[in-house]
Amino acid sequence: MKIILKHLTKIFLSRHKKNEYVTAVDDFDFEIPDGKLIGLLGPSGCGKSTTLNLICGLEEPTEGRIFFDDVDVTDLAPEDRGVGMVFQNYALYPHLSVRANISFPLENLRGKDKLSKEEIEKRAFEVAKLVQIEQLMDRKPNELSGGQQQRVAIARALVKTPGVLLLDEPLSNLDARLRLQTREQIRRIQKETGVTTIFVTHDQEEAMSISDLIVVMKEGKLMQMGVPQSVYNEPVNLFVAKFLGTPAINVFDGYVKDKKVYIGDDYIMDKDIEDQDVYVAIRPEGFIPKKNGRFHCRFDRIEIMGRDTSIVCHHDKCISDEDIRTIVDSDIKIYHDDNMIAFDLKENKTHIFSKKDEKVL
Amino acid sequence: MDKIKKLERKRKIKNAVFMTAVFLLLIIWAIIVLFPFYWMLLTSVKSYASYNAEYIPQFFTLSPTLENYVLAFTAVPLAKYFGNTVIFTVITTILMMIVVILSAFAFSRLEFKGKDLLFTILLSLMMIPNELVIITNFVTITNAGLRNSFAGLILPSVTSVFYIYLLKENFEQIPDELYKAAKVDGTSDFKYLWKVMIPICAPTIVTIFILKVIECWNAYVWPRLITDDENYFLVSNGIQTIRESGFGRENIPAMMASVVVISIPLIIIFLIFHKKIMEGVSRGGTKG
Amino acid sequence: MNSKNNLKGWLYLLPALIFLGVFMVYPLIDVLIYSIEEGYNFASQTYSGVGIYNYSYVLHDPYFLQALKNTFILVIITVPLSTGIALLISLALNRSGRFKELFQTIFFLPYVTNTLAVGLVFMILFKKTAYSEGLINLLLNTLGMKSVDFIEGPYWAKMFVLCFYTIWVVLPFKILILTSALASVNQDYYNVAKVDGTRKWRIFTRITLPMISPSLFYLIITGFIGAFKAYSDVVALFGTDLNAAGMNTIVGYVYDMLYGNSGGYPSFASAAALILFAIVLTITVINLLVSKKNVYYN
Repeated sequence: MKIILKHLTKIFLSRHKKNEYVTAVDDFDFEIPDGKLIGLLGPSGCGKSTTLNLICGLEEPTEGRIFFDDVDVTDLAPEDRGVGMVFQNYALYPHLSVRANISFPLENLRGKDKLSKEEIEKRAFEVAKLVQIEQLMDRKPNELSGGQQQRVAIARALVKTPGVLLLDEPLSNLDARLRLQTREQIRRIQKETGVTTIFVTHDQEEAMSISDLIVVMKEGKLMQMGVPQSVYNEPVNLFVAKFLGTPAINVFDGYVKDKKVYIGDDYIMDKDIEDQDVYVAIRPEGFIPKKNGRFHCRFDRIEIMGRDTSIVCHHDKCISDEDIRTIVDSDIKIYHDDNMIAFDLKENKTHIFSKKDEKVL
Repeated sequence: MDKIKKLERKRKIKNAVFMTAVFLLLIIWAIIVLFPFYWMLLTSVKSYASYNAEYIPQFFTLSPTLENYVLAFTAVPLAKYFGNTVIFTVITTILMMIVVILSAFAFSRLEFKGKDLLFTILLSLMMIPNELVIITNFVTITNAGLRNSFAGLILPSVTSVFYIYLLKENFEQIPDELYKAAKVDGTSDFKYLWKVMIPICAPTIVTIFILKVIECWNAYVWPRLITDDENYFLVSNGIQTIRESGFGRENIPAMMASVVVISIPLIIIFLIFHKKIMEGVSRGGTKG
Repeated sequence: MNSKNNLKGWLYLLPALIFLGVFMVYPLIDVLIYSIEEGYNFASQTYSGVGIYNYSYVLHDPYFLQALKNTFILVIITVPLSTGIALLISLALNRSGRFKELFQTIFFLPYVTNTLAVGLVFMILFKKTAYSEGLINLLLNTLGMKSVDFIEGPYWAKMFVLCFYTIWVVLPFKILILTSALASVNQDYYNVAKVDGTRKWRIFTRITLPMISPSLFYLIITGFIGAFKAYSDVVALFGTDLNAAGMNTIVGYVYDMLYGNSGGYPSFASAAALILFAIVLTITVINLLVSKKNVYYN
């Protein structure tokens, strides 16, 4: 099922200050294609969860419409939309067994949709098998590990075969090792069922690794949407550039003069734009150490981290962090004297942003 | 499209009906709760003559009078009851706080032989209803010649197993490190209790204090057993006496004035500390 | 060091031990002794024999049987009713938004008022006198019903006022406990249920009730215990001579045996108190057994 958001806006009364409003979702206008896994990404408090709640119907939009395929569902109650939702803390009913938790939504059906006991049992078992918890059916939630609870919650959300599956921070309550495993599980389950899935996360690595598409948000506004790699390679603004990637992108104060970009006195690259002050953002992997390189930094140290080598250096014009972090091939020869090092830069890893509106130039 | 709009309208109507029912229920119960208070205030400012002249009670009065309050303090020793209750409440509460704090400290912080056994006995005492021990206490106090005395009123009321338990649990939540640090600095146990534990557990202590004050102010059964001299009556017994022998004749407005007078202190305390009191009761109170 | 510590511990406990020993442990033993001392004379403090006569006397005393009946009726009516009403009001309270605190404060007011004093107001509202029918009766008249003297009239009327007042008195505590229990149920459970299309009644029975069952159960147990010990609210409505009013309770019977016009019989009082204790204990044990099956503890 594809999801279309049309000028979707949600404004709250501020919880902290009287008579002040917070725009949690600001004029969202985009289409989520059918059968994809979408990562909704942004720092905490940017309106991701609100977006999710609007789609599933727990909250009403201030303005705008939501369509599932061609049906306007904006005024429909959650239960009439055919969505499944997994909450951040899973919200498994603690007093019910896994089996009862999974069958719970099916038992809600009435009238012509009412299912027989056997049918409920069969469907619950099928979905339990899909998420690989069929041997845990008689346990209570508190007897399960975090990852297992997560899968029960997904099974419960999927048991009614919804058109849309929504996951709110699905991995945030798991430890690092389980997180890797579980995100693969989510990927697999999504592929097997083909259900359009939206998951919310503040962890860019998580979003990049399993999503078909990512949607980057900031303060209620849509920043960029696209295939993870293209969003990473072609950020439309400074925020997206900074938010994606570890180590984070390095940002410098620079300027354009005669269609050439400079940081300090160092020429960086050509750019066919008017003279102005700009931000120059360079990915860590965009640095190539070279004896007579054009970009000069103060050398600090070399850190070897497994297969990567990281050169840490400093530059007066760097504004993102005190340290400039670079990642280079470990077989490259690194020239440096006591306090200086020079680099060539990969142009496709170097992005120029306007100082005025932080948009890409 | 139309179907969806219909569904939506149905939901909104359903919701409006539901919220109306919710507030109707709340308002009705609020009236049931508040009405007796309104009625006692209203009746207390009606004059004796006008009250008795009303075959159909009036819901307000245009000529309020304070004469009933004057009467309440002059015709019956209401001030005396009031004073007795204040003395009883203050002394009982303070004594109980001392006893409770000292024993909670011993149970939570000190190590001594027999502590576990003693605490188990204490816990089992929590199940014993007051009605069971009051008989012997009545005989004990009578035989000790303490009927009609503050000592007789106060002494059996100064321990509460439940409050010892409540405070002990609270004391135990204070990390051990604080005690060890204090010991290293050479702080005595008593000073540690006074300067560290009591301030940290102030919320619980205040809760216990308030609950005990409410309990004392409303005490009826024990004072009734142990006093028959009006000079030692507490407000509850005073009210009962006023009801039964009253103002020479059945003077309901004056009775209501007395009721207002004895109800007001707790209501004022409640209005000031309502958050604290409600929080305290939900953690440690029982009634009914 | 060790013996010094031992001493210190006991020293801190000394006041509590003295008070508890004299006014709780000793009376507990003593009440058992009283209850089997036959023909005990309060003045001379002598008794004629040992046996179960006191129990037999109490169990055959019509006043006690009346008190037993009154108490049981009171318990059976007020415990379920007050718990149910409290649940209903708490559910409404949790939906009342910004008015919640205001209503909560109002509803709690009876907890801090003197039972005797407010009981007097109730008596006046329900009483029929020579001058006036009383407010409640006038209300009944306007509804086309006959007036009844609720305070000195028929048994059912008196029982009605008593139950009404008892519920009025015990409700604040129950509302408080249930409201906070309801508020502490994680909102996500309701959201999940809503997304799944769970009907309101099913949400209530399958999610809300199990989640608050520990509090509910606690209230039922304390409710039973409290109602069995009813006394001061009865006095507030019907005066101290409860036997004459036919409205005595078991606790009232105990006190009457001990003191007052019919007093001076600590043996009978002890036997009655122990019978009460046995009843309350039995009911509590039954409650605990039932709860094992039905209460969900996290």
